[in-house]
Amino acid sequence: MSDAASSFEGLLHQALSPVEPPEDLVRRLEGTLTSLTESAVEELEAWELSAMRDPRNWVRPATAVVVGGSAGVALVLLRTRHRAHPRGRELLGARTAAERAVGDLRAHTRRLLDR
Amino acid sequence: MAETPQQKSKAQLDADFSELYRAHLRDVYSYAYYRVGNHHDAEDLTEQTFLQAYRHFDRAQRESAGRPLRPWLIRIAHNLAANLYRDRSRRPASPIDDTTELAASHTTEELVEGREQLSRVLEGVGRLPDDRREALIMRFALGMDNREIARAMGRSDGATKVLIHRAVKQLEEMVGVLGVEAETVAGADSGRRGVEGDE
Repeated sequence: MSDAASSFEGLLHQALSPVEPPEDLVRRLEGTLTSLTESAVEELEAWELSAMRDPRNWVRPATAVVVGGSAGVALVLLRTRHRAHPRGRELLGARTAAERAVGDLRAHTRRLLDR
Repeated sequence: MAETPQQKSKAQLDADFSELYRAHLRDVYSYAYYRVGNHHDAEDLTEQTFLQAYRHFDRAQRESAGRPLRPWLIRIAHNLAANLYRDRSRRPASPIDDTTELAASHTTEELVEGREQLSRVLEGVGRLPDDRREALIMRFALGMDNREIARAMGRSDGATKVLIHRAVKQLEEMVGVLGVEAETVAGADSGRRGVEGDE
């Protein structure tokens, strides 16, 4: 490689230096990913307890477990949380959250079963 | 459905994903920033990239057969960025903010000259065709090798090598032209000032 090419590549390295992500993005993203992993387990349990009282729903927990394996449930729950708690999840009661989660899970599960 | 031995537990998957996230957050953000040209869109793009990656992580891990997942992450970011432009029907602005950080030992004159040169390089990068621009971002901002870039762009190793070579050549010529243009404008300005001063 010629000196000119090498120095131009050095210039490119300098111009395109890596950019550190802003702190608030790091906090937000880590919060989202943490809630994805935690809420999936907690809220799936809450949903299963209420839904299992109705025999028509017995097939759904099985599907939900499959979905959970591929993280689909976690994302459904995340969407639910975002819609329900635009400014913080602590504002809404656990019961309402669970009900909303059940609604979303039902819709998502129905789509999966329809495939 | 019972978990097969090949499938990892959810906890293990999450742990692996956390590791991937920590290792490549800066890569994804850097790619996004140079690709879209501003911090606001870069943040959105980074967030969406990791959410989508989380969603498909299990499958990606199984199909990667132990190969690094960085090209896969960058490919997700690339697709999302393409959607962003399609939705908004616009191209990125040239980011020049990062030219402000130069070595403190430079003199003021060197600093100004260096900054202008870096600005021209970034302006040139912004004017390159999409595939060449992306290849240069991956090579120089993320330090990816040809094989990784090839995987991220869905090309062969050979085609990627040629792409990068041509991108550097085109950019070098472009920066030269931009430099001449800048000098011409500066010369015309000083000439005009001289004429105005003579009047």
